[in-house]
Parts: sequence; structure tokens; C-alpha cells
Amino acid sequence: MQAWHFSETAYPYLPPAETYPSIRVSLPNRIYDPHKGAALYDRYIDEWLIAEDEGIEIMLNEHHQTATCVDPAAPLMLAALARLSKKARLLILGNPIANRRQPVRVAEEMAMVDVLSHGRLDAGFVRGVPYEILPANSNPVRMNERHWEALDLIVKCWTHHDGPFSHEGRFFHHRAINIWPRPIQEPHPPIWVSTTSTGGAAQVGGRGYIQATFLTGFDTTKRIYEAYRKGWRDAGRSHDVPIDRLAYAALIYVGDNEARARAGAEKLLWYVQANKVPPHFSNPPGYVPVAMNVQLARGAHNVVSSYGTKQGTVDGAIEAGTMFAGTPDQVFAQFKRHWDYVGGYGHLLIMGQAGFLDHDDTVHGIRMFAREVYPRLKELYPGTTVSGFTQAAQAAAG
Amino acid sequence: MNETSIKIAGVDLELLTANDGGRGDGAILFLHSGHGYDPWQSFASQLAAERRLVAPSHPGFGKSSLPSWLDSIDDIAHIYLELLDRLELAQADVVASSVGGWIAAEMASKAPERFRRLVLIAPVGVKTGPAEKLDIPDLFAMPQSDIDKLVYRDPGRMTADLSKLPDEALATVFRNRESLALLVWEPWMHNPKLKHRLHRVQAPTLFVRGDNDGVVSDAYLQAYARLLPNARTVTIADAGHLPHLEQPEKLKAAISKFLET
Repeated sequence: MQAWHFSETAYPYLPPAETYPSIRVSLPNRIYDPHKGAALYDRYIDEWLIAEDEGIEIMLNEHHQTATCVDPAAPLMLAALARLSKKARLLILGNPIANRRQPVRVAEEMAMVDVLSHGRLDAGFVRGVPYEILPANSNPVRMNERHWEALDLIVKCWTHHDGPFSHEGRFFHHRAINIWPRPIQEPHPPIWVSTTSTGGAAQVGGRGYIQATFLTGFDTTKRIYEAYRKGWRDAGRSHDVPIDRLAYAALIYVGDNEARARAGAEKLLWYVQANKVPPHFSNPPGYVPVAMNVQLARGAHNVVSSYGTKQGTVDGAIEAGTMFAGTPDQVFAQFKRHWDYVGGYGHLLIMGQAGFLDHDDTVHGIRMFAREVYPRLKELYPGTTVSGFTQAAQAAAG
Repeated sequence: MNETSIKIAGVDLELLTANDGGRGDGAILFLHSGHGYDPWQSFASQLAAERRLVAPSHPGFGKSSLPSWLDSIDDIAHIYLELLDRLELAQADVVASSVGGWIAAEMASKAPERFRRLVLIAPVGVKTGPAEKLDIPDLFAMPQSDIDKLVYRDPGRMTADLSKLPDEALATVFRNRESLALLVWEPWMHNPKLKHRLHRVQAPTLFVRGDNDGVVSDAYLQAYARLLPNARTVTIADAGHLPHLEQPEKLKAAISKFLET
């Protein structure tokens, strides 16, 4: 089991939500004070480095035109962390390659960070949430097709060492690809892909990459992991899928007493509560399949956004499996319930800072998790554990 | 109307036709807006009267398929030129709305000799204004209520509750929307090359616009019309972007007058 401290480097100093229609895409950047922003960057980097000192790995991601995550060029933050950190793995999850015009450039950025960090990069790739479409001016139709062509090309950039090669694909065209530097890790850095669809998970499983899913609770996570394992097996990789191929991101806050844990958890909900986005940004045409749009029009829940749902409360989020919060014992029990239900995973992506959770409380949560919960998880769930077997099923099998 | 289909360049094209035995040289090719063919059916058939009518659903719209290679209005223009060949229509009149007008303009710039007269109702497809302002408002970045205000003169009378549609019809609405996005996303609603080709269009062309159209402005329509050597403009009173829905009689009169002269 590996745990990762994930910060979205949010900018929380906003006017009342009722004064703007969307926290993403259209919120004017005059609201952003660069001097306050600089202090926030300093602080968030410090928190990543404290997590590293506590034995936790480092994770970051990328969003655009939003106060929720002021990291629109995540490879730059990754480069800074590559020099400031010493031992932690560095996971970017991820590069929104369906929205990037040059996959070869992404391959170069990642190779450079791998060298800068002496081989500590975990390279993640995401399709990107729907609100990224407009900032990138990216066509929302056929994103999956672009994503996979780009990812396959990036892997080839990393693994081809004999001078220029060409690529004339459906979406990307290059005559002479020959990246310098090449990555340190052989054959290439570990690859992660996030998805919320079963079709996507089967493809990720077929390639054996690490599958991550964010805030998908009990049933959706279970379906995604099952699809991943099926994809893995159908590709003939082997029968057993180790848990270190699967990752889950949750809002997590551990306090030394219930009151403090509760207060921290309330502040973490900023992620959900502040994510005010109108439908024309959260569901552009083509982002979800036609059949899903029909279901949404009939009132189905959009898994992409929890804004305004019961997951906007601590109890609702814990019940939904999107948050683990409380004392160490409580968090361990909540985690275990989720872990058993979905079939097990080997990476816990900890959304452990949000909005107005200040530095001291963030560090308290990191340390309490690292010292009081993490050792139990590592002992119980080594990365070689086979996923898809709950404790109950294993007991029945003798 | 007869429903048929024809396969062109790998696309299974849904084709609605009327008066198939009519004179080929008097045929009307009808190209629908981004809303798809359905809303146009009665209007188009009435407009055609005794004339041969050919109305395809664009690739990705209605029941027409969308192959993975197809992603531009230019692609569709080539497919429809082949459609004219296959139907042995040496020449046709075109009546086209909005994004259909863009297809028609592309076709006429490539093969001007194939068109007798063109009617372009609130067409998109060119960039005429300054770089720092969208010629066509970003219809994919605003609430539906704002879109309705731009599209209709009288949104209260014209808009329907989508959730009341049966699943199949609702799926068509979403699929049409997705296909439209694929085709017009970037550059937004235009082909930068088109305005440098339109001088080839010899056919008399009528540019039509509803006086309350919030999508295609009067300045845009006038600038577009000036790119063609033989074009004029007409305004339909008390209509928005889809005058065939809000003022069908006035529109029919204006088009018939133009096509019959």
C-alpha cells in the first residue's frame, strides 16, 4: 500500500458564491491576487515536503481557468518538486493529453522531470474533467481516441532510442521524433490513467497501466475495478491482478480527537461545496455518450460533479465512500469497509488539503495519517496482494 | 416525403425526398441546420411543391452514420457533391439553413457550375469581423435559456420541453448536438479559407436573415454576401435564427419569389 499526498493548490479567497455563476472557466482572474498566490504556492510546497518527511509520496494534478486548482502547468510544479524533494515518488495525475496539442512535448516534459528527479516520476494521464474543454479550446468529441493515440505515441517517444522516427496518425503528425533527454527509468516511468468509465478501465487494464479513480464511492469504483481486471485478464496478462495496479482518491482527514477530525473534514468539503459549475461547462456535447445524456435528461446523477448532492456533508460523503474522516481507528474502519467492498487497491490518493484548511490543520492531518493509520495499511495490504478478493471471499476459499 | 438511404464515401446517408420523378434541372437540395432535419420537414416539402426535393440528414445527424475519419464541413461538402452525381443532378437549387448554409457555400465554391440558385438562411462558415470578437456567439458556453433568446424571437412560444421527448427522439437531439460540436468547434463556426474561395460562386444567391436573429448578425450577413459576386440580402420580420419555424409563410414567399425569377 502506498499513500500519496495530493494538493490541488487551491485559491480560496473568493467572493460569495452567489455573486458568480461558475468557479471554473469564467471566473475573472482579477479576483486572484498573485502575491497571496505566491504565499500559497510556498505553503502547499512545504506541505508536500512535510508529507515526504512522513514517508508519504507526492501527487499533483492540473486544471485550467479555475480557483479550485491553480496549477495550469503541472509539469512546472513537478519540476520544482523534483529539485526540492529528495526521496518521494512524484505522481502527476495527470497530463490532460486529449487537450494537449503536442504529445511529443509532453513526453519531453515527463522525461525531463524523470531525469531531474533521478527516476522518481510516476507519469499519469487523464482525459480531463469537462470544464477543461473550453480553456483548452479542445473538441469534446473523440477525446478518448485522441487520448489513446497520444499516450501510445508518448510511450514510443520514451522507448525509442535509435534516432528519429515518424508518426502519421489520425490526430497527430510528426516527421522526426527523437526526444532528449530520455527517461532514467527503464523501460519508462510507471504509467497511470484515471477514468470513470468501465470501457476506459478495460483498456487501461489491457495495457497493465495503473488505474486511478477519484471520489467514485462504492459501486462505481467496484465496477471500474472489475472492468480493469477483466481487461487485464482478457489481454492475457495473467489471472491475478495485484492491488498495486489500482488507486483510489478520497477526501481524507485524520484528527487526534473526534472534534478536531470533524472540523478538518468540514473544511475538506470545500472541494465539493465550492465546485459551482453550470451545466454548459460541466457537460459539453460529446463529453459523455449520447445514451448517458438521455439518462441525465431523465434525472440520473452525473458522477463527474457532486456539487449540490448529499456528498456535500461530512456524513453523506463518508456514507458514499468519498471521504474517510475521524480518529485513526474510525478512518481505518471506513477505509477497510470501502477497500473490502470494491475488491482492494494498492494506492490511496489523499485529498488532504482544501480551501480554508490551514497549514497547521493540514499538517496535523498528514502526520496523524502517516503515523497512526498508514503503518496498519502497509502491514495489512502489501502491494502484491491480489485484488478482487474480499476478506470474506478469501475466508470462504480457506 | 420518401425516406431512403444512400451510401457515399462510407457514410450511410439518410435521404428524404419528394417528387422523385420531377425534372432533374428543377431539383431543390435542402440542407438542414444544426438542429437536424426533423423541424424542417413540412416546410421543405411545402416549399418544394411540385419540384423534386432532396434533403439529406448530414453525417452524424438523424439516421445518417458518422465514420471516424469525418470531422469537417468540408468533408460533407465533398460527400454532397458526390450525392448530386449519384442522383444525376447536373444542376440544382439549394435552400440551406445555418450550418447547412456553410455546407452549401463550400459546395458552391468547389463546383460553381452545379448550382442554379442558392438560398442561404442565416448561414455561418466565414470569419468577417475582428480577431478579438467571435462572429458567432459561443452557443456551447451559455445556459440553454440564453441560447433560446439568441435563436428565437419568441422563445416562450418556440421552445419545447426536451424531457418530454421519447428516448429515441431525445437521443437524436443529443447526437445532433454532438455532431454539430465536432464539425464547428475549431475554428469556431467557420473555415478561414472559405472567404477566399467564394468569389468563384456565379449563381444568384439570396442571403436571408430573421430580424431578431441573435446568432447571425445583420453585419455578418452583409459581409458574407459581399464575398459572393452575385448576392443580395433580405430580412424576414418578426423571426430569429430559424425563420422557417417562426415565420414559415413569409420565408416561403421570399424564397419562392427568388427561385422563380
